[in-house]
Amino acid sequence: MRAFTYQRVAATAEATAALARIPGAKLLAGGTNLLDLMKLEIEAPTHLIDIRDLDLARIEDTAAGGLRIGALVSNTDLASDARIKRHYPVISRAIVSGATGQLRNKASTAGNLLQRNRCPYFYDTDQPCNKRLPGSGCSAIDGASRGLAVIGTSSACIATYPGDLAVALRLLDAEIETVDAAGRTRTLPIADFHRLPGDTPQIETALQPSELITAVILPPPLGGRHFYLKVRDRASYAFALVSVAAVLHPDRTGRIAFGGVAPKPWRVEQAEAALQDSAEAVVSIAFDGATPTEQNAFKVPLAARALASVIARARESSDAV
Amino acid sequence: MPQSNMNPPAASGMTPVRFITVNGEQHSPPEDPRTTLLDFLREQLDLTGTKKGCDQGQCGACTVLVNGTRINACLTLAIMHVGDEVTTVEGLGKPDALHPLQRAFVTHDGYQCGYCTPGQICSVIGALAEIDRGVPSHVTGDLSAPMITTRLEMRERMSGNICRCGAYSNIQDAIAEFVGEPR
Amino acid sequence: MRFDEPALRNPIDDLTVFGRPVARIEGPLKVTGAARYAYERTELGKAAYGVVVGAAIPKGRIRAIDRTAALASPGVLGVITTLDHDRLPTADMCAATLFGGDVIQHHHQAMAVVVADTFEQARAASRLLSVTYERAEGRFVLADEEPRAEAAPDTENGGPDAPDIDVVGDFEAAFRAALVRLEQTYTTPYESPAMMEPHASMAAWQGDHVTIWTSNQMVNWAVRDIPRALGIPAENVRVLSPYVGGGFGAKLFIRCDVVLAALAARALGRPVKVTLHRPVIFNNTSHRSATIQRIRLAAGSDGKLTGISHRGLSGNLPGGLAEMATSQTKLLYAAPNREIGMRMATLDLPESNFMRAPGEAPGLMALEVAMDEMAEKLAMDPIAFRILNDTPVDPHVPNRRFSERHLAECLRVGAERFGWSARQARPAGVRDGRWLVGMGVASAIRNAIPMSSGARVRLERSGRLTVETDMTDIGTGTYTILAQTAAEMLGVTPADVGVTLGDSNLPRAAGSGGQWGAANATGGVFAACVKLREAIAARLGFPAAQCTFADHHVRSGNDTTSLAEVAQRGELIGEDLIEFGDLGKRFQQSTFGAQFAEVGVDAFTGEIRVRRMLAVCDAGRIINPVTARSQVIGGMTMGIGAALMEDLGLDAKRGFFVNHDMAGYEVPVHADVPHLDVVLLDHPDALASPTKAKGIGELGMCGAAPAIANAVYNATGVRIRNYPITLDKLLHELPPLSAL
Repeated sequence: MRAFTYQRVAATAEATAALARIPGAKLLAGGTNLLDLMKLEIEAPTHLIDIRDLDLARIEDTAAGGLRIGALVSNTDLASDARIKRHYPVISRAIVSGATGQLRNKASTAGNLLQRNRCPYFYDTDQPCNKRLPGSGCSAIDGASRGLAVIGTSSACIATYPGDLAVALRLLDAEIETVDAAGRTRTLPIADFHRLPGDTPQIETALQPSELITAVILPPPLGGRHFYLKVRDRASYAFALVSVAAVLHPDRTGRIAFGGVAPKPWRVEQAEAALQDSAEAVVSIAFDGATPTEQNAFKVPLAARALASVIARARESSDAV
Repeated sequence: MPQSNMNPPAASGMTPVRFITVNGEQHSPPEDPRTTLLDFLREQLDLTGTKKGCDQGQCGACTVLVNGTRINACLTLAIMHVGDEVTTVEGLGKPDALHPLQRAFVTHDGYQCGYCTPGQICSVIGALAEIDRGVPSHVTGDLSAPMITTRLEMRERMSGNICRCGAYSNIQDAIAEFVGEPR
Repeated sequence: MRFDEPALRNPIDDLTVFGRPVARIEGPLKVTGAARYAYERTELGKAAYGVVVGAAIPKGRIRAIDRTAALASPGVLGVITTLDHDRLPTADMCAATLFGGDVIQHHHQAMAVVVADTFEQARAASRLLSVTYERAEGRFVLADEEPRAEAAPDTENGGPDAPDIDVVGDFEAAFRAALVRLEQTYTTPYESPAMMEPHASMAAWQGDHVTIWTSNQMVNWAVRDIPRALGIPAENVRVLSPYVGGGFGAKLFIRCDVVLAALAARALGRPVKVTLHRPVIFNNTSHRSATIQRIRLAAGSDGKLTGISHRGLSGNLPGGLAEMATSQTKLLYAAPNREIGMRMATLDLPESNFMRAPGEAPGLMALEVAMDEMAEKLAMDPIAFRILNDTPVDPHVPNRRFSERHLAECLRVGAERFGWSARQARPAGVRDGRWLVGMGVASAIRNAIPMSSGARVRLERSGRLTVETDMTDIGTGTYTILAQTAAEMLGVTPADVGVTLGDSNLPRAAGSGGQWGAANATGGVFAACVKLREAIAARLGFPAAQCTFADHHVRSGNDTTSLAEVAQRGELIGEDLIEFGDLGKRFQQSTFGAQFAEVGVDAFTGEIRVRRMLAVCDAGRIINPVTARSQVIGGMTMGIGAALMEDLGLDAKRGFFVNHDMAGYEVPVHADVPHLDVVLLDHPDALASPTKAKGIGELGMCGAAPAIANAVYNATGVRIRNYPITLDKLLHELPPLSAL
């Protein structure tokens, strides 16, 4: 971990001003991913701006009938919120399927969206990685790729977006609210927040350099039955091989998003019409153009079987997953 | 030496809090902001009960309670905890005055090599507090119903604490005994 | 004391505290954080911090290391590079370079240690070395190297003249003639011990003497190998290892942390401590080799095996050990025609070395699945098939009996307790909601290894007993069972006994490995206690042979004196060594078990979850059912890992293990492990040791993984022969979605 200076701020404007002013500055909230990466010098900020005292830890009703989730709401608090549990249970389910109690207590809502990928080559500073060192090459494509992405990849990078919360937020069409150093705010759909790697895998989100996420906005509740099914080798404390977030209605309409398969939460709206037909039909559309490796080709049929499991559960009982 | 520029929160009209409280004792934060809470505890305060198994948030051996909430001490900077109250395994009980949970671990042989044990113990306390607060887990059935401390729940909630000796089955017995006691 | 005749009745047999459940005596220290491990010791003073830098190539040479920037980094006290030293001698039975020289044998071989005042400074500076490598081509794929593999004779059991292949009868003829035949190949992956406490050492010099606190299973091997590595006289090294945060074989031998702490402390003239950070451990230290195992079985229609062939392959650096995955096959089942042997291929990967139940763990993962497959071919129950082929003698030396062997009882008792009769022989026949449910069984065997072991027992003036030995407790319960042994022998309670372990200044014990610790170390304490009893009797003028020790008193006829009274007249010491004669050669001494597993396999996703497990163990006298049971459930848990998830992922192009951290190398977590049931049979083995104990630390892992594998087959009808059994291997053979 390289040396850095540390500042604890009390106001959002103070944070964005420091972010804009100090080259190499980074925001620090939970720190569960950033500090890990700093120890390995994959991240090497010169200055940390600790934003945990900002007034961004509340969950409020919106005029539109949705919720505004402050950027600093912890994963635990978000999963435990009565309104989330009742109206957006897919969010609770997604959060508690990820990481551990200890990590969820520390991790923030915005930080969770910004967590970096878990490709083993990204984490290994002895190996080439286009995300960590642009232009150095991708070791994963002809290396160990079982856990990596099967669609949305490029010849430069096949890393998977590792999170669970964002998959649920993508399902719900949440929006990300930001503010920059000039005080300009904007909201952008979560669909546009995470980027595909293309030729620039090092750029992972649409966030601009001096921008700070202030909140995640949820639209009004969709109703329906909510599911988050996470498939993994060990029973807990593992990243998804495949995950399925779903909102399903009795008339067999619904929404589907997948995690663990792509560089961003993977939702293909056109595929959802095929819910009337079968899980395989949904997946054949959603994964059209997939380019898996030999090691991770199983993820496409696994996605179909996981979705089929969700659909079967929706028909079976009134309990969510 | 890197400089720190701290502006810790101040209660109105009072001197800013400049201490990290650990097991009831106040300590000045480390000079080097790179120092994790884990290394601060172990290397500067000589509270070596909190263990370093991976230093990456991947094993749970460093679990401590901060303001009653369990976190991985390896993935947080000590300097971030000015104003916080940290409880480590040393703050729970002593060899001749064990906390009831510590006693249950001894009774049920809820350990072998002992290296993950302090983290397991702190994690149980944190996890039970989460159940009391209505925090759901991956295996919770009805999200809105009152949380129940079942073995299945505790197995899931304790999964951030790896025990390579494989004492899990006994740890769950220890937890069951502890939960059975009035608390 | 020489143990060369079967043990007769002796004071241990009173079983007042020996053989009884006793809570760990060091438990209160462990649950409160008061037990200090190597990196946490304060005896040597404030230590500087060393951070190890590993090589970034798998094979080649280091041309240059530029340390200028590191030395200029704040707080840095020094940098020692591998180019500063000739290659240091390795530990016995090890092949990988500890440190020194320009040759890189494997990825993450220690290349330098950077030492600074604080850990943060050392870690930052460790990134500032600039290294010039000269890469060389490497051999990384075990199967590719098979044609060049060489025989790996079983010298551990067969001695220096062990044959390349152990042959009895004519297997090929038997196989050709057999009515029922099985021929299959099984693979097991590279596995990491992945103990919770990283390798750690702290060293300080006083003149030309060095004191090293380290985390090591075998203190007596460490004090043999450290002086050699450092080039100093043996008597100048003291090693202390009172608490070991898990080892599982990884800490049998000194690793680079020890020598780098010592070299740095010598160079800087102050104490230095070094721990291997987690991402370096997997490639820098040792692991269990992958294996490729070909098994052929021949049987008549009656189910009697007529032939067994088990041929295996593992890999290692030149001069390294083979993973003896075929050795249990020599002993487990009868068959008149046999051929059994291992080969080893040279690889340029990190060192393969002993990991918990070396040989048997991966060997049984193949053999016991083959037995399951053969039972199915014969339309026999897998338990009946195993019992039918049980053997009372070493099948390779038919006049050599087992000292005790109760495998059939393990299987029968387990079947009853587990509810085996409810198992559906036809696979994929049981559904529970979305889960396909199945049961599996496997036999277990692991040898008991006699090793000499010493101890000293003091009766202090205070009346307290103290046991002193360099024996270690790696979580196995040594502290407690040695206290039980001394307490039983002297008629006191374990609470009256202090135990000091892990100090090379103390009498040399067997150490912890190969499940040999418990039986041998308690034997050593037994011997020392016999000496102490004699000393006490002599002081009292009692005839030693007629003394009894009970309730804190010594009795001889009608004379009774309290131990406290004896002690007040001055400290008495008993010190001795247990040494073993040829009983272990005349009789095969092994431990046995039967493992049962019930699994659920998600019919949609193929996820496998263990629902129930039972182990029934025949391991001689159980010294302490609490700690023995813990050893067994620990082994079963590691078996769950081996069956379902553990796999050091090889990058075959770049020559290293990719998933080198605790998130990438998955081991079981709480959620993976249900309540584990253990039955400990009571069959004291008078031929094994004076306490009639044999050890159990590795038996619990043996057979656990194949029982799970067989349960997965029973649940799904899908037979996976390449471990770990993960859902991607099952998926395409699970029922089609249209059938769910």
